[in-house]
Amino acid sequence: MSDLTKLTLKAALAGLKARDFSSVDITKAHIEAIEQARGLNAYVLETPDRALAMAAASDERLARGEGGALEGAPLGIKDLFCTEGVRSTAASKILGNFVPAYESTVTTQLWRDGAVMLGKLNLDEFAMGSSNETSAFGPVINPWRRSGSDAALTPGGSSGGSAAATAADLCLAATATDTGGSIRQPASFTGTVGIKPTYGRCSRWGIVAFASSLDQAGPIAKTVEDAAIMLRSMSGHDVKDSTSLPVEVPDFASYVGKSVKGLRIGVPKEYRIPGMPAEIEKLWADGIAWLKDAGCEIVEVSLPHTKYALPAYYIVAPAEASSNLARYDGMRYGLRAGGPSLTDVYEESRAQGFGEEVKRRILIGTYVLSAGYYDAYYLKAQKVRRRIADDFDQAWQSCDALLTPTTPSAAFALGEQSDDPIAMYLNDIFTVTTNLAGLPGLSLPAGRDAQGLPLGLQLIGRALDEGTLFSLAGALEKAAGFTAKADRWW
Amino acid sequence: MAIDAATVRKVARLARIREPEERLEPLAQELNTIISWIEQLEEVDTDGVEPMTSVVAVALPLRDDVVTEGGDTRRILSNAPKSADGFFIVPKVVE
Repeated sequence: MSDLTKLTLKAALAGLKARDFSSVDITKAHIEAIEQARGLNAYVLETPDRALAMAAASDERLARGEGGALEGAPLGIKDLFCTEGVRSTAASKILGNFVPAYESTVTTQLWRDGAVMLGKLNLDEFAMGSSNETSAFGPVINPWRRSGSDAALTPGGSSGGSAAATAADLCLAATATDTGGSIRQPASFTGTVGIKPTYGRCSRWGIVAFASSLDQAGPIAKTVEDAAIMLRSMSGHDVKDSTSLPVEVPDFASYVGKSVKGLRIGVPKEYRIPGMPAEIEKLWADGIAWLKDAGCEIVEVSLPHTKYALPAYYIVAPAEASSNLARYDGMRYGLRAGGPSLTDVYEESRAQGFGEEVKRRILIGTYVLSAGYYDAYYLKAQKVRRRIADDFDQAWQSCDALLTPTTPSAAFALGEQSDDPIAMYLNDIFTVTTNLAGLPGLSLPAGRDAQGLPLGLQLIGRALDEGTLFSLAGALEKAAGFTAKADRWW
Repeated sequence: MAIDAATVRKVARLARIREPEERLEPLAQELNTIISWIEQLEEVDTDGVEPMTSVVAVALPLRDDVVTEGGDTRRILSNAPKSADGFFIVPKVVE
């Protein structure tokens, strides 16, 4: 029974359905694994009692031959998703002991399909960060280490807890969110699969808002097919989110294993940035060769505005964040500090409640939106954003999907980049373009660097064409044969 | 346009975040570094480009203006730092 945590989601669902083991068995195995892995700091809240109650209910349904698409499967939930009656913090002191009186739409759908909640997963504060170091609970530690070193590495961010927990078998799969790369970069750093779907696929209702025009939920999972199974349950139209798309949810898993013969794969020349490590160049070349072997046609494409994506993002995202985070005023929930005047309470609650990176972004956002600067910054960024989206539209004339590296480096050590905000922001250089354009992007592990750390490849697709990404990712996964796991040291 | 300590004081005030006086100068430097990096956007020709306000080309849906949820004061107040008699208690606003 001890190996139940090592199963893929797909294998676990099959075993549960066949009654080879019960949901209580596999849930207990995960609860034990979580208790032994507290050094990773992946969970900010463990909910074993709730998990066992949900598992027992699943077992009853399975015994009756009933059950949903995720029946009995224990999952981890990023602590940006509000969960009814269970503390939800966004890893910020300002939310304190906030206990939502409602459940996010995405998690509602997971429970509808029979999933079991193991607990809430660590993240960068309000999902603002690329290393998990901005969390009020302290950073998550990557289960992966450089060979011959015990230096603590970042699992990436902001969904660092989701990625580390999935990589270390502390859940079968996890929910995550991605505003500039927060699903794909941590997936790449931990040897897991992550997909940010098309903007509007997953409802944002009940997810703590960071930058509303960029935020999108998605899964982090152990395999491409597991990610497809998760995404199907997480997706779907929701009247509570006016940007949620009223479209059918395909059976994403049915695309995994489909032939990719004849698909045209674009390789954007602007992603070949100066100073890119040779190992990442090689990984990219490997990916191109694998897809060629699978019958794809490779075409070079140009996305000329790529270099402007990050600067545009660092106007749009802080501007929307400064507006969204105005709600944390110490009046209705969360931390209240200072006094006696109303303004004192606002200013002191926010000074004490927000961490440094969040404050920095609120200040930037407030500045770029302040009187006299709106046109020069926000409006300009929204126009550049249109240019970036137009670049992709142009590329789709000659290709069906794009292949790029996910990140410009492997996982780095904690503290290594935290003094230089711009160096940290550059982590998202390959991922942020799809958030600006609203397109789906998937990262899968495809190789390891000289120090043994996982490296990811990214596939970018047309809007609502996640199916093609799953087919291509399936082909790459098979060719890459990435089966390595982090050696257990925790 | 360089950001100085006075600008940071003003922006922090607008954002309702108390920043101690000794933090204003270091913050001005940090923000300047980020803003000058952002200003490379000036190189992009955006004449005649429509600003992108939505990534999804759909009209915002409308619904009937009816109450769908509500009448649950207890749940709404359940996280209040201070409440009494079904109200949020806040600092005095008017003199």
